[in-house]
Amino acid sequence: MDVLEQGVNPVFMDPDPDKAREFFAKKSRAMTDKRMTEKEAVEKFIPDGSYLGIGGFGAIRIPTAVIHEILRARRKNLGFFGHTSTHDFQLLCAGHCFKRLDVAYIVGLEARGLSPNARRYMESGEVEVCEWTNYALAVRLKAAAEGVSFGIIRSMLGTDTFKMSGAKVIECPFTGKKYAAVPAIWPDVAVIHVHEADIYGNCHIRGITVADLELARAAKHLIITAERLVGNLEIRIRPTRTVIPYYLVDAVVESPFGSYPGNMPYMYYSDEAHLNQWLEVEKDPAEFEKFLEKYIYGVSCFEEYLELCGGLRKLKELQALEMLVDK
Amino acid sequence: MIPEYNTMEMMICAAARNLEDGKTVAVGTGAPCAAAMLAQKTVSPNLVILFEAGGLAPTLPRMPISVGDSRTFFRGLAASGMIETMTTAARGMVDYAFLGGAQIDKYGNINSTVVGDYYKPKVRFPGSGGANDLGSFCWRTIIMTPHAKSRFVEKVSFNTTPGYLTGPGAREEAGLPPGSGPYKIITDLAVLGFDEQSKIMMIESVHPGVEVDKVRENTGFDIIVPDFIKKTPPPSDTELKILRGEVDPLRLIIGR
Repeated sequence: MDVLEQGVNPVFMDPDPDKAREFFAKKSRAMTDKRMTEKEAVEKFIPDGSYLGIGGFGAIRIPTAVIHEILRARRKNLGFFGHTSTHDFQLLCAGHCFKRLDVAYIVGLEARGLSPNARRYMESGEVEVCEWTNYALAVRLKAAAEGVSFGIIRSMLGTDTFKMSGAKVIECPFTGKKYAAVPAIWPDVAVIHVHEADIYGNCHIRGITVADLELARAAKHLIITAERLVGNLEIRIRPTRTVIPYYLVDAVVESPFGSYPGNMPYMYYSDEAHLNQWLEVEKDPAEFEKFLEKYIYGVSCFEEYLELCGGLRKLKELQALEMLVDK
Repeated sequence: MIPEYNTMEMMICAAARNLEDGKTVAVGTGAPCAAAMLAQKTVSPNLVILFEAGGLAPTLPRMPISVGDSRTFFRGLAASGMIETMTTAARGMVDYAFLGGAQIDKYGNINSTVVGDYYKPKVRFPGSGGANDLGSFCWRTIIMTPHAKSRFVEKVSFNTTPGYLTGPGAREEAGLPPGSGPYKIITDLAVLGFDEQSKIMMIESVHPGVEVDKVRENTGFDIIVPDFIKKTPPPSDTELKILRGEVDPLRLIIGR
């Protein structure tokens, strides 16, 4: 197949499906108790230099507790999958954790504004970047999940987003139409926050799944953080609700309020005051360092962070907001 | 008597009137979402709102903060994901995309990626997100943005989301679906469209109290000025009442 045009930036991960199959051939299918702490999961599955994907939508259903642990473990030189990333991205920039970056949405926190520190990090030129779109990145995961080396899309064409990507324009062998071919990506590790999981990793998610079904199937290793753990019987009586089956999963971390300060659909809304505090304090690098010391590096676990942010009283407020109890 | 209103209210009302009943629209948060909600409560009760992260046709109780937050599928018809929304648009079932952007040029191309050198940017913006996809797939792209010379440029320094690219035929030549592209630009001064032949931006109507020259002065390229330019009707009492009372009672958007 002829390549008509190609993007100039590097494809960070090998899109060879047979190498991926070799990996998955050896992945355990055993239904074992996979419970561990955030700290153990980061230690075991997110070494320096690995390529990381985060589930959810930036400040919705994100595994904040694990991301904090990545910072405390001082992880460096990671690759990162910047798909709809907002507060998760802001955190990883705070720790200067990654050096290679696939970009679809970064730096911003949607309507809340741009993260000053994430901007500084990205404007330093230290990070190797490759440009994509949200759909392109979702299709790259989907191709990986399907065990093929690329997916095709009809966006990106004709733009600088394409030029600064690692995509290629190809011609359809049936119709002669032009498409962008985007390479499959098998991240080394992904972290996804869910509503419920059993100890083996069978998961329920309520509400939108964003690109998590694809991410869970593309990632070589998968860490699940769950609002609550349920018995295996809970899974077996509602098998249609299992969106991530156990054999994809390597670690199960019990993580109540684990998406805070992000939103967890049907459970608690985002803490907008605290997210704005992040954006505000980041304006002054010295102040931001103190802030990080207080909220991330100076605490031993996520529960302590929740306490610092107002604890159960604050969390009750966010639950009431999510449930619209005043409506 | 013309009721008192601010420019954001004018923009939202002008945008809402462009959303035809029975159509589908992919919206972002903020002003586009407010416009779609207003349209549903006025001219287009059967307008279907989609959010790229997977929310379909929510009964929006409050303005969402994110295009993925739980409001975007609150009592909705479906809560799916990125692939579902984007493939729906890719096969031609989404009529409108509703976007914003840092910079826009005479062909309606949008920059939301960088200003300055790509590898060591002066300003790094978020990038495409889903904008490039929606702007490629949806039949008609509507853009809401403040009108300033620095934003309306001859050629965007980075083309994140395709407008008419370099002119007539360029979208089709690049492989984008025929018949799609930018449709209207709603600013604080005017409603803009595109000339059928040249695909260059043109003034369609100016908002009450705005002179055509002011639009020209705040545009960084030669915008097409037709002989006859309409006046955008001001927000009606009904529009304002619904916008303030039901769509954005906390004034999150209209208070900006």
